[in-house]
Formats: sequence, C-alpha cells, structure tokens
Amino acid sequence: MLTRSILTLTATGLFLSTAAPLFAAGTHPVTGEPLADNQDFTYRLLDEFKTLDPQLNEETVGFHVIRDIFEGLMNQDENGQLVPGVATGYEASNGNKTYTFTLRQDAKWSNGDPVTAHDFVYGWQRAVNPETASPYGWYLELTSITNAAKILAGEAAPDTLGVRAVDDYTLEVTLEQPLPYFPAMTTYATLFPAHKATIEAHGAEWTRPENIVSNGAYKLTEHVVGEYHVREKSDTYWDADNVILEKVTGLVINDANQALTRYLAGEIDYMDDLPPGQFPALKADYPDEATSVPRLCSYYYAFNFTDSGNPALQDVNVRKALSMAIDRDVIVEQVLKGGQTGAYNFAHPATAGFTMPDIDYGTWTQAERDAKAKELMAEAGVDALKLKLIYNTSESHKQIATVVSQMWKQKLGVETELANFEWKTYLDIRGNQEFDVARSAWCGDYNEASTFLDLVTTTHGANDGKYSNARVDELMAESKTTDNPQPLYTEVEQILADEMAIAPIYHYANTFMLKDDIEGWPLNNVENNWYSKNHYRVATE
Amino acid sequence: MTSFILRRLAVAIPTILALIVISFILMYSAPGTPFTTERALPPEVMANLEAKYGLDQPFLVQLWRYVSGVVFAFDFGPSFLYKDRSVADIIRQGFPVTLTYGFWSFVVAAVVGITLGVLAAIYHNSWLDYLAVGVTVGAQVLPNFVMAPILVLVFTLWLGWLPGGGWQGGAWPYLVMPVIALSTSYMASIARLTRSSMLETLNANFIRTARAKGLPMRRVVIRHALKPALLPVISYLGPTFVGMITGSVVIDIYFSTGGIGMFLVNAAFNRDYSIIMGITILTGVLTILFNLAVDVIYAWIDPKIRL
Repeated sequence: MLTRSILTLTATGLFLSTAAPLFAAGTHPVTGEPLADNQDFTYRLLDEFKTLDPQLNEETVGFHVIRDIFEGLMNQDENGQLVPGVATGYEASNGNKTYTFTLRQDAKWSNGDPVTAHDFVYGWQRAVNPETASPYGWYLELTSITNAAKILAGEAAPDTLGVRAVDDYTLEVTLEQPLPYFPAMTTYATLFPAHKATIEAHGAEWTRPENIVSNGAYKLTEHVVGEYHVREKSDTYWDADNVILEKVTGLVINDANQALTRYLAGEIDYMDDLPPGQFPALKADYPDEATSVPRLCSYYYAFNFTDSGNPALQDVNVRKALSMAIDRDVIVEQVLKGGQTGAYNFAHPATAGFTMPDIDYGTWTQAERDAKAKELMAEAGVDALKLKLIYNTSESHKQIATVVSQMWKQKLGVETELANFEWKTYLDIRGNQEFDVARSAWCGDYNEASTFLDLVTTTHGANDGKYSNARVDELMAESKTTDNPQPLYTEVEQILADEMAIAPIYHYANTFMLKDDIEGWPLNNVENNWYSKNHYRVATE
Repeated sequence: MTSFILRRLAVAIPTILALIVISFILMYSAPGTPFTTERALPPEVMANLEAKYGLDQPFLVQLWRYVSGVVFAFDFGPSFLYKDRSVADIIRQGFPVTLTYGFWSFVVAAVVGITLGVLAAIYHNSWLDYLAVGVTVGAQVLPNFVMAPILVLVFTLWLGWLPGGGWQGGAWPYLVMPVIALSTSYMASIARLTRSSMLETLNANFIRTARAKGLPMRRVVIRHALKPALLPVISYLGPTFVGMITGSVVIDIYFSTGGIGMFLVNAAFNRDYSIIMGITILTGVLTILFNLAVDVIYAWIDPKIRL
C-alpha cells in the first residue's frame, strides 16, 4: 500500500496566515514591496463567459472567474504546483485508488456557512447527475471516480459516486483505476464544492450576483451579460488577510485591436490573445509589459485514416513526407511571431514531469527534412496527390494553411484545396471525417502528458482522424496505473513519429500585455491559471 | 385609416408565424448543435443535455412546443448559451441598450442628414453644396467598422476624452462614439437622398409659381418644398430606423455596448436556438410595425395617397 502525505503544503498555508498583519502597513506581507493605494484590477475578456456554475463550466474564460470566486480542494501556485485550497493535504492509499483529503475548518461560504466535505460530495454528485446535464460531466469519468460513467449513463444513482464525507472535514474519494495525478485534477472547476441550499432555492439563476453563495477569495457583485462583471474581495474567505487586490473587473471586448487600444489608454491592466503578428512590435515598444509564456496546447494537422480520406494517406511514407515538408520555423517565426515553438512531437514540452522524446526528424535541418520528404514521396510512388485541407475560420489558421499548402506544392508537388468553416460547422465536418487533412489543436485539461497522449487512443472523443494503434492504446492504459509513466509516454511519442499519426506543427505560447505595476503573475504556470488573490499592485513613484 | 391599420395587423400575424417556422427550419438545418464541442461528448452526456433542452423530441414536436410557448405563454425559453439567463432576460437587458444608441443615431442621422441635404440643394453648385457632397461621400466610404477603431484611437488613446467602450447604463460619455459611428453613413445617405429629391422639387412648376408670386425663399422651402421632397426620404427612414434599433453587430463588438446585435451573432455561432429565435421575432415584429408606421406617415404627408 502506498501512502503519501503532503505536509509541506500545510506548512506553506500556515506561513501565509501568520504573516498577515504586515500587509496592513501597506507593504507586501512576504516580499515587503510597497503596495499601491489602488488595488483594483481590470482585465479583458474576449467573450462573455457562459456560466459561473462550477459544475457546468466548460470554458477557460469562465474558469478564470470561477477560480477566483470558488475554491476547490487544491490550488495551483505560480509554478503550477499544488498548494492547499480548502484541503490542507491528502493521503493516497490502496495503490492510488483511494484519496483522503483533510479539509480546513476555517473555510467559509460567503453567507458564513462552513465549507464541509458534504459540499464537495454534493457538488461532485451534481456534476454527474443526468438531471444537471453538465457538458463537462465527462471530466469525472476522466478522473475514474467510482461509478461516474454509470451515473452519467443513468445506470446508477448519483449517490453511488465514489466520494464520501467521512466526517465534516474528511473527504474520501475512491477510484476505479489508480490515478497518481488525481489531486492535480481537483484544481479544475468541475470538482469544486457547491452550496446546496442556494442551488435548490434559485435553480439555474443561482449564479446571479444577487443569489450566488461562493467560497472563494472573491465574490461576484455585478454582472451585466456581454458588458462586464465585478468580483470583490470576500471577507469570509479563510485567507482574506492575505488577499491584496480589492476588486477585479472583467470587461468583455471582442475585438483584439480595440482591446489593445484601450489597454494602451490605461483602461485595462491585462489582456491576452494579442492581435496576431503584433507581439514583436509591442515587445519592442513595451518590453516590461509584453510577455510570451508557454501555454499548454499543441497545434497539429490530423490525417484522415478512414475510408473517406485520400487513400494515399494510408501510406506512412506519404504522411511522413507531408509532415517533414512543413517548415515549422517559418510558421513560428514569420507567421505567428509570438514565442511559439515548432513541434515534432505531440505533448507540450512544458507539461509537468514530461521529458521530451528524441524525435529524429526534429533534430535535422529543414533542408535534410525536405530532401527526405522528396525521397519518401518518390518511394510512395503517388502521382498528382490532391488533398482537402480544412480549418476553422480565423486569420492565423488561414495563414498557416496557405503557407503549408505552398510548401507542399513547391517541395512535393501536392495540390491542396483549402476550405474553411465557422466553428460549429467545422466541428461537424471534422467529426464526420469529411477531410483529408484537418487543422486541429488540443489544450491540456490538466497538467500531465496523458491529457495530450490520450487523444491518439482509438476511442478518444477528439481523435477525429480516427488514428488507431493497439500498442498506443495499451501503453496509455498502462500509464494510468504506473508510478512512472514517462517511459510509456516516450514510447507513445516514438510510435506517433514513426507512423506520423498526426503532423505536429507548433506548441502554443500565450502572448499578453500586463501593466508593470501588477506583481505576482504566475508566469511559470503553463496552464495560465491565475488566481487574483496572489496578485497585487505595487506603488510606483 | 383604422380599417387599413387593422387589416395590415391581421396580415402581420401569419407573416410572423411564417417567419418563426422558416427561421426554425433554417436554424435546425445548420450543421452542429448548441452542444457540439471539440471533444465529442460521450453519448450519455449528450443524451442528458438533449433531454434537458427537449432536443431529443421529433422536429415537429419541438416546433410546436416552441410556437405554442411563444404564442400562448409569451415564453421564449431559456438561453442555451448563458446558463443563468432566459431569452427574455437577454432581450430585456440588450434591447434597451440597442434602442438607446439606435434612437440617438437615428435622430442625429436624420436631423443632420436632412439639414445638410436641404442646404446643399438650396445653394446648389455653391461651396456649401460641394462641401456637403464631399462630406457625405467621405462619410459613406468610411464604414463603421473602420470608423469605430479610428474614433477610439483619437478620443480615447490620444485625447483621453472618452471611454473606449462599455455602456454603464447609457451614460453620455459611453454614448458619443457609438452614435457617431452608427449614424455617419446613414446620415450621408439621407443627405444625398434629400439633396437630389429637394433639387427635383425646387425645379418643379409649383415651386417656380410660388417664387414668381414673390414668396421668400425660406417660406417656399419650408411651406411648399420640404414635404414633397421628404417623401422618398421617409420611405428610407422607416427601415433605417428598424435597422438601427434592432442591433448593430459592429457597434456592439467594437464598443462592447452589450446590445442585442452582439447577442444575435454569438447565438448564431453557438447555435443558441432560443436566442436566435427570440431576436429574430423581435426584429420581425418591429419591422412590420415600422413599415406600417411609414405607410401611415406617407398618407398624412401626401394626400394623394389613400389608405
């Protein structure tokens, strides 16, 4: 039986709470930096969030808000490492199939109620209850909590879910499969607690500012759909003494250029998703504000392995030739220009605990790759290859598709028909395999390599190329139960490269503008999960 | 007149029903559903979602439920997109915004446009005429999606006079740029229409007679020329007004005003069936009503037209 305790986590928590009184003097409790009088923070939302209900949320934009107004068992620190949230620590037992979380006794809901293990049980059962109809119910299946899949399918009652309140402050989770990274998955919204009385009293409207009861460092105080929302520091939060930013305002600004103008005019403090191609100029003009950090997403072209795809794609040499002929350097340096890196494997290099595999063609020069590509194409003996390349409507996808089709034409004589569709139509077409090559991308649901590599298993819901390899399926199944999955991941990546299951193109970077008096931003958190409670505005002379 | 209005309203009912049915069919034939996501949802999750929103029912049942909900209970259903809002909530919040900036844009466009057009016609071929023509051509070639970023650049970034976007309940600093951006090209069209119509009227025999009798120019224009000259302008103003108050996507996107134009576009992209239907019906009803209003005003201005 394996038992792990996370004592250091509790220690950090204790340190922060004892350091509290210093902050009142206008200096940061840990760093001693002088703090500004104005502790309001305004940022830009590309789109309005669809919900603040933790169990219903499926989007990043909503998760940024939910993380501030609710708190799960564990949080992430500025490096993406686990730190205590409502739980002070946990123990794994039964070969990583049982996790016991100890909850802090001073955690409170915004109405003053204590946050207990029952609130987690309620929230998690709610997430898989067919009546809730959460689009993110599958996240609990992913965590392999006992009976999650059956409950979602209506074959078991929600109260048979493998989560139990041993007492008010002890939560026991049982899994169907051992999952070493289960605690990391509790940082996502779906596994946050929920306040039963509020939800029962207000139904779908419980997340409105006038109704909401939440347990995070902030509470939602205003929300005008499509315009803005405000979250203000919550006095009932257990660590409120160490929360420095008083008020966070999110403004919906759809247009990136308009948002940038307003940033430069001083109306907002932070915006990401900078207008395409503008990063180098902004970096030159605002070196302290324009930043690019790795982001846990990979961009790739999926090949259609089914009968509806071009038969030539069944030939590994053709797939390899197509992939090798793509000059990734041109794409990241001339087209994207935002700190992205060319990709020759699938999982993002910044994924926690992931060692990059040695993919041979990744170490070659482009000239070598081009020569090999031509050779492989000749070997395949395919003449006059014509491919349909689809992408969802967007300026940068279009630029990349155009550049790639040029490379294929010039180097391999392959003709490419480009077709773009708006998002939902695109998903429909891609999901029905009506393509030869499809622009795709995947962002990590959690910070562990399986979030990427599971995608190339036969049954994964986003494996739209329908790639299937029994050995890959076997390795990924095995990776769930082992303490050291890295060798398995390396083998999977190797198979992907040998078979060129997909053509990896680049690993994402997040480019953003952040005012230089805002400190505490988690630059090394590759999921870009930021918690406003860790940020503060320093005084500037 | 009353019977005319009643007749038109009676025709409006089947028109709106047809609008609902056709929109409903078109919407459902678009690929994808509100729940299409990059990771195909497990069948059990999809089944739960479809059951919750009634999408598991046959098409005709869904159509009937929707139409009867709207007709008998005035219930437009919950939004698929915004989980804690109903379609009525969204329209209640977004429509006043659109109505406010749409109304003021209309007033500005109509008043400035008509004045400019009349002056240009009276002082035909003078510097004033050339200026007016120059301004209107310039305004017309500058679409609002070009104008909006320029306004923000000038008034927000360089001058720092106005907020770059938002609504804040319609406080005037938030209203200025949307109104300028939305009204300019309409104003130009109205001015050009007024000018040519006015020129034609001023050359008409009855105006020449009035002038020959020695009436002052001012009186000739206001008493005799303006009414007939405005007839073509009014037929343009009706649909323009509806267009302005039923949402401008460009204004909502560039100025983050939170009007219904933005909601409609987002709903279309996300297949939020109930919001698409709600806003379509709203726009349809307003279009019918304002076309009727234009007809009534026509009859009042031009006694030759009998309703």
